Amino acid sequence: MFHVKHLDFDVVVVGGGHAGTEAAHASARIGVRTVLITLSKDDIGVMSCNPAIGGLGKGHLVREIDALDGIIGRIADVAGIQFRLLNRRKGPAVQGPRAQIDRAIYKRAMLTEIESCENLTILQGEAADFLMEGERVTGVVLGDGSKVTAQAVVLTTGTFLRGVIHIGDVARPGGRMGDKPSVKLAERIDSFGLPLGRLKTGTPPRLNGQTIDWNGLEMQPGDDDPALFSFLSSNASARQISCGITHTNPKTHEIIEQNLNRSAMYGGHLDGVGPRYCPSIEDKIVRFSEKNSHQVFLEPESLSDHVIYPNGISTSLPVDIQNEYVRSIKGLESVEILQPGYAIEYDYVDPRALDAQLAVRDIPGLYLAGQINGTTGYEEAAAQGLCAGLNAAHAALGRDPITFSRSDSYIGVMIDDLTTRGVSEPYRMFTSRAEFRLSLRADNADQRLTPLGISIGCVSDNRKAVYRRKKEQIAQAYAILTESHFTPKQIGDSGIRINQDGGRRTALELLTFPDITIESLLNLLPELDAVEPEIRRQVEREALYVHYIERQQKDIDALRRDEHQKIPSDFDFNGISGLSNEIKQKLSRVKPANLAQAGKIDGMTPAALTLLLVRLRRNQKADRA
Amino acid sequence: MDTIYALASAAGKAGISVIRLSGPAAFDATRELAGSGLTERGMALRGLRNSDGVLLDQALVLTFPGPNSFTGEDVAEFQVHGSVAVIDSVLHSLSKINDLRPAEAGEFTRRALENGRLDLAQVEGLADLIDAETEQQRIQAQNVFVGKLGNLAEQWRISLIRAASLIEATIDFADEDVPVDVSPEVNELLDAVHSDLQTQINGSRISERIRDGFEIAIVGPPNVGKSTLLNALAGREAALTSEHAGTTRDVIEVRMNLAGLPVTFLDTAGLRETTDTVEGMGIALARKRAEQADLRVFLSENGDKLEITAQEDDIIVRPKADLRRQKEQAVSGVTGEGLNELIDGITEVLRNRTASAGLATRERHRTAMIRADQALLTAQDEVSKGPERYDIAAEELRQGIRALESLVGRVDVENFLDEIFASFCVGK
Ligand SMILES: Cc1cc2nc3c(=O)[nH]c(=O)nc-3n(C[C@H](O)[C@H](O)[C@H](O)COP(=O)(O)OP(=O)(O)OC[C@H]3O[C@@H](n4cnc5c(N)ncnc54)[C@H](O)[C@@H]3O)c2cc1C
Repeated sequence: MFHVKHLDFDVVVVGGGHAGTEAAHASARIGVRTVLITLSKDDIGVMSCNPAIGGLGKGHLVREIDALDGIIGRIADVAGIQFRLLNRRKGPAVQGPRAQIDRAIYKRAMLTEIESCENLTILQGEAADFLMEGERVTGVVLGDGSKVTAQAVVLTTGTFLRGVIHIGDVARPGGRMGDKPSVKLAERIDSFGLPLGRLKTGTPPRLNGQTIDWNGLEMQPGDDDPALFSFLSSNASARQISCGITHTNPKTHEIIEQNLNRSAMYGGHLDGVGPRYCPSIEDKIVRFSEKNSHQVFLEPESLSDHVIYPNGISTSLPVDIQNEYVRSIKGLESVEILQPGYAIEYDYVDPRALDAQLAVRDIPGLYLAGQINGTTGYEEAAAQGLCAGLNAAHAALGRDPITFSRSDSYIGVMIDDLTTRGVSEPYRMFTSRAEFRLSLRADNADQRLTPLGISIGCVSDNRKAVYRRKKEQIAQAYAILTESHFTPKQIGDSGIRINQDGGRRTALELLTFPDITIESLLNLLPELDAVEPEIRRQVEREALYVHYIERQQKDIDALRRDEHQKIPSDFDFNGISGLSNEIKQKLSRVKPANLAQAGKIDGMTPAALTLLLVRLRRNQKADRA
Repeated sequence: MDTIYALASAAGKAGISVIRLSGPAAFDATRELAGSGLTERGMALRGLRNSDGVLLDQALVLTFPGPNSFTGEDVAEFQVHGSVAVIDSVLHSLSKINDLRPAEAGEFTRRALENGRLDLAQVEGLADLIDAETEQQRIQAQNVFVGKLGNLAEQWRISLIRAASLIEATIDFADEDVPVDVSPEVNELLDAVHSDLQTQINGSRISERIRDGFEIAIVGPPNVGKSTLLNALAGREAALTSEHAGTTRDVIEVRMNLAGLPVTFLDTAGLRETTDTVEGMGIALARKRAEQADLRVFLSENGDKLEITAQEDDIIVRPKADLRRQKEQAVSGVTGEGLNELIDGITEVLRNRTASAGLATRERHRTAMIRADQALLTAQDEVSKGPERYDIAAEELRQGIRALESLVGRVDVENFLDEIFASFCVGK
């Protein structure tokens, strides 16, 4: 008698975090039967760390996910309680939308979204092992012995691989698993022989907002005119709040300094590598000992409770020391700690073992996404989830893989960085990682990616319609801007100051000058009045960078050409005469999937690339013959 | 698609050298040097002139319109005299044309491959060729890094990483504890690099050599036959010669082409102590010029003390071969005895120098420095407009750094991030 079930799906997603939900939703949007396996429905949409989404680079990722009809952006808009466009005073290419999120609303909205998604089933349980057919992963065995078979499995289990939580000198196995079955999954992954590394990250204590003395603390409100994440959202729906700002002081630093040996990070209990951009307060005090004060943002986690997230003081000191140093800070003199800060150490899979679809190269049928790949952050996790989910669904349907390029998206930049360079600390997105930053803007994510979404069928009719309308409006605006040429005199007479020696110019050419806006062109070209504000801004941003974008286009074309020159996964680099042994070894190790990736390998010369191309072409020819 | 150019035959060898251009602007560039009226596909003997109208060489100019060319693009070839100076002057003129850039090693082949212009057999053979090219490039690259330029490049690298990281810090860590106005430090860093670049660009020996050729001083005591030798070399009465010692008071320059190399011979006043003030001034000048020349030919009897110190590669010959029985190592301007040997000796020295220093590579570096310098200046200009233009300043700076990659090595975003995390306490 069998009580265990046997279920069959096209795609299985394990883990209901930010990577998992996005992966499952994406797969279901493609139209394949998808199941999301998570320990508990309660885990869906949980924000394990700071209650914020977006920021520089991260906000770009959210917009890109949204452009493909992913969910993180829309839900963040619903749950956002303070919106700020970072770098508002800098160029549009480096502006990043960010929002403080109400955890409770986010969780609720996420669960509703997942539950109501067509083709998507939620299964509560623990993935205990993979089903294997030879080298191939063909499904998942649950803790109760049930089997779920599928064409592709996406693993998004975050920090569960040998996760250990440290609070001061107390350490305990972390993650929600602990018991045998998950150990089995970890052992199974070990048996694959994938390269693993160890990372760590920390989180600050959570505070009771009712015990904070807000009087006299500086308050930071959100923007009056919130920049939302989704191209489909029109306004923030939750009540908007301000965050408080306070500072550590010499007393705080003294307490921490005296107890450094009791910190897990400093007491030698941890050997993982932590993120340099997100140091613990211990780290800040040791490395920047000349500073006697650090900023602390007091961020409400929800409208419906009083939990405050003190951003800037993550720690792994013992609870009593946490109490002591937190209370030395202005406004927090009699604060109550609701949950102590802690550090978590975990294994990650070296993402160089993955291809550009986030599939494990040597294990057909298995995809990895999220923190398990050495990244940190909800947005990074969600973006990988999207890529893995779309590709798992495509693989299940036997369709061509979907590849994101460094030239079309931050998603492409991240995946390329991860899979070709690996990580040395938890990987986070920055705008400086994108060499085509001026064209990969948050404001044009839809123009960059929605056409792809339409062609692979992962976007809704509504989005399609909204996008097409916008595209049309932009085209109209360009038509108006380029239809007539104006003499310097005409331009001058309209009130725009311009060098009178120049030749005739179109309105679009005028727009490339930094101080000229569509509004200032209205006298000259009254038809522009019909152009909607949103479209006006878009066109202005394009015009601002037009020269640079033209220049970059050459590089982009070259990159695309190289990306299209695929290198088969079984390609023998050692057979190329004329390459140095060092280069051969590097190529064999990195296994670049295309010529562009090969070109980024340290020490690669143009001549070596040509040799590689020679060999590739020869093989292709031989294949065809 | 960029238009690329490069010396397509091995560098520094005599005979004919081929300079190849490929890409959409190949024919426009050809017209700039060789004048208009070339046939679409064909061959013509043309004078190549630089933008100032100076004749660089008589060259056979070949044009091959794409797609039926070696690379599949529009291709032009200049077959020029195989002198390093000629090659460099042509490469130099090409470097000044917009939309043209020096080809990377193997890039012509690569384009040919990409445009399906090579068949299998050809491809096989090319591997070895490119291999050799790589080795050459590696050696040349190493040459650059010994000595002064290497040290400078290291400093540039540090300054550029620092400047870029300052700008990037204000962009990527905007809501954190980083300085808001980084322009003073950025400017200071870029000013320093700019001024170094200027010095390198203007003062680079190569451009001087292209302009003036090599200077070779003929040195010896009075009346030893220096002027006669010069006349013999030049084939005309360039310097005034007479039987009377001390005739040549000033330094006389004769420019000529020695086996394809442009050289200027300096006939120095006979170096000897004198009481004649006019002659004395001539001697001081002669001594100085002779010491600074690229090479010295001493006319001196065996064992005699030389008037000035001989430097590496300098040539010592005995004078007046016509009057000797023992003609070895001797030369005569009167009869021409030993003249060919002397010319061979000189050209060998000069050619070795130019070839080993990789003039073509240095020209490439010079081009890179000019591009970088322009980008850095634009970056500074953008920085001065305030944080609102920092994204554009950062882009210019990256372009500048990329142009200098051949000198300072690859600079990566990780380098910026390292610098940011080392100097600012980010992480709220
Ligand atoms: C302590 C801590 C501090 C952090 N600090 C920051 C920060 O300051 N800034 C920042 O940007 N990011 C931070 N992060 C990272 C951020 O939270 C994660 O990168 C992001 O949530 C990762 O998403 P994910 O989907 O990969 O994993 P998670 O969100 O962790 O989701 C994993 C999911 O898998 C489920 N699961 C695990 N094993 C199984 C199994 N066997 N069967 C079924 N389900 C399973 C879990 O229940 C969970 O729901 C922090 C994370 C932690 C843990």
